[in-house]
Amino acid sequence: MIVAERKSIDQIDAMIEGFEKILVVGCGTCVAVCMAGGEKEGELLSAELRMKAKLASKQRVVDEITITRQCDKEYLDELSKHAEGYDAILSMACGAGVQLLAERYDEKIVLPALNTLFIGVAEGAGVWTQRCMACHDCVLDQTGGVCPMTICPKNLLNGPCGGTNGGKCEVDSEKDCAWTLIYQKLKKLGRLDYLRKIQPPKDYSLMTKPGRHTHAAFKETQAEE
Amino acid sequence: MVAALEQAFSQSDFVVTGEVGPPKGTDVGELIEHIDLLKDKVDGLNVTDNQSSVMRISSLAVCRLIKDRGGEPILQLTCRDRNRMALQSELLAAAIQGIHNVLCLTGDYTSVGDHPQCKPVFDLDSVQLLQTVGLMNQGKDLAGNEMQGATDLFPGAVVTPEADPIEPQMLKFEKKVAAGARFFQTQAVYDLDNFKRFMEQARKHDVKIMAGLVLLVSAGMARYMNKNVPGIFVPDALIKEMAAAEKGKAVSVGIQVMGRMIRQLRDEKVCDGVHIMAIGKEDRVPDILKAAE
Repeated sequence: MIVAERKSIDQIDAMIEGFEKILVVGCGTCVAVCMAGGEKEGELLSAELRMKAKLASKQRVVDEITITRQCDKEYLDELSKHAEGYDAILSMACGAGVQLLAERYDEKIVLPALNTLFIGVAEGAGVWTQRCMACHDCVLDQTGGVCPMTICPKNLLNGPCGGTNGGKCEVDSEKDCAWTLIYQKLKKLGRLDYLRKIQPPKDYSLMTKPGRHTHAAFKETQAEE
Repeated sequence: MVAALEQAFSQSDFVVTGEVGPPKGTDVGELIEHIDLLKDKVDGLNVTDNQSSVMRISSLAVCRLIKDRGGEPILQLTCRDRNRMALQSELLAAAIQGIHNVLCLTGDYTSVGDHPQCKPVFDLDSVQLLQTVGLMNQGKDLAGNEMQGATDLFPGAVVTPEADPIEPQMLKFEKKVAAGARFFQTQAVYDLDNFKRFMEQARKHDVKIMAGLVLLVSAGMARYMNKNVPGIFVPDALIKEMAAAEKGKAVSVGIQVMGRMIRQLRDEKVCDGVHIMAIGKEDRVPDILKAAE
């Protein structure tokens, strides 16, 4: 899932300076799970913004609503009956959700309340770690399910660098060395032969931005039309 | 044309290389002093590439300085700051200037240096860079295009004999050999028994191995490296020997230690040579070589 964290209250407060009526829009999917932009976090942010305005003797109305997903036009349509009359919409979605919201309501000022961090997993209570770079060419079949593009800061494809130390990484001694993990996993699986094959350079042309993907079934439909 | 370093490996049983680090800034006075002091005493001089991710004069420019002064430069080339286009054009630039030796490295991560905010590149890794050198020596670039004129580069690489764990390091070492590395300079070694065990494995391959030696200047430095530098292990006995040095004599003791290690490596034919890293004490390299006689 997409992992995000909320911007500081001071940063958000500065962003909405000059606007009196604010609609905070939570997103009920990834960012709700990582406790950054779901219903609860939307309520909390709204309360904080109201309090901040009150303390500064500013006029400010803050309402909140949470929709299922902001990265899907279908769910954004639900907002149309709520969005009227607000000076600004504060989106608590990831960067993708903020952009689709801004596109759908293009006469509105749409502002981001979160910083998007990465595609990751829940590692423990309140802890998420990055696991995927969306490189368009998954190599996990050859690396025992550990991603060298993501877990290794240097995205090395052919083994550890000289900075590996006791199974930890030179960049952050708290973090595991991807290639120690890969080695241990492949050894356990009896597939160390994978490590003997020289991996060619990555094809970065696949990652040319912005990505666009059409599902095969829809490609056929479009071709027919 | 055969690189002088390559020739040294075929003509001598024990090759010695040194190292200079380009300065930050245009004042190359001390650098030139070191080059002139060392160029005729060693078989090659490494020039580090923005070492420790600290921005400095480019390795290639300093290699040219060494070449112009009659020395044998070894271009260190890291994958940190250049994508595959820039790496290849750097290799071509080296080749047309008669700089044949290229040590292919991954490079330290950007966050350890003095521009931690910069964008790290790592488009290729060291194994892929070695393969690239091989292709260019055959007249082709990495995309498979024919070039007008091939390079004649002598590719080298590094290996860490004290890496923990050692197995993935050795697998990568074998990949580097397969990718065309002709010579290796190791990360600093101090425990020669460990190093001999590493050599038993390394000797299975037809490549030249030079033991990396970093001059110890104090017991504190040894303890610091043990704690903070990946892949470096200074045994207790050596730390004690450094600690027992009279006040102001620690560097001299370090020089004697290194001289003794070089003698042992050479006389017992443990490896094909040594790479001396005097880090800041380049002016003492002649003393080290004297101590090794």
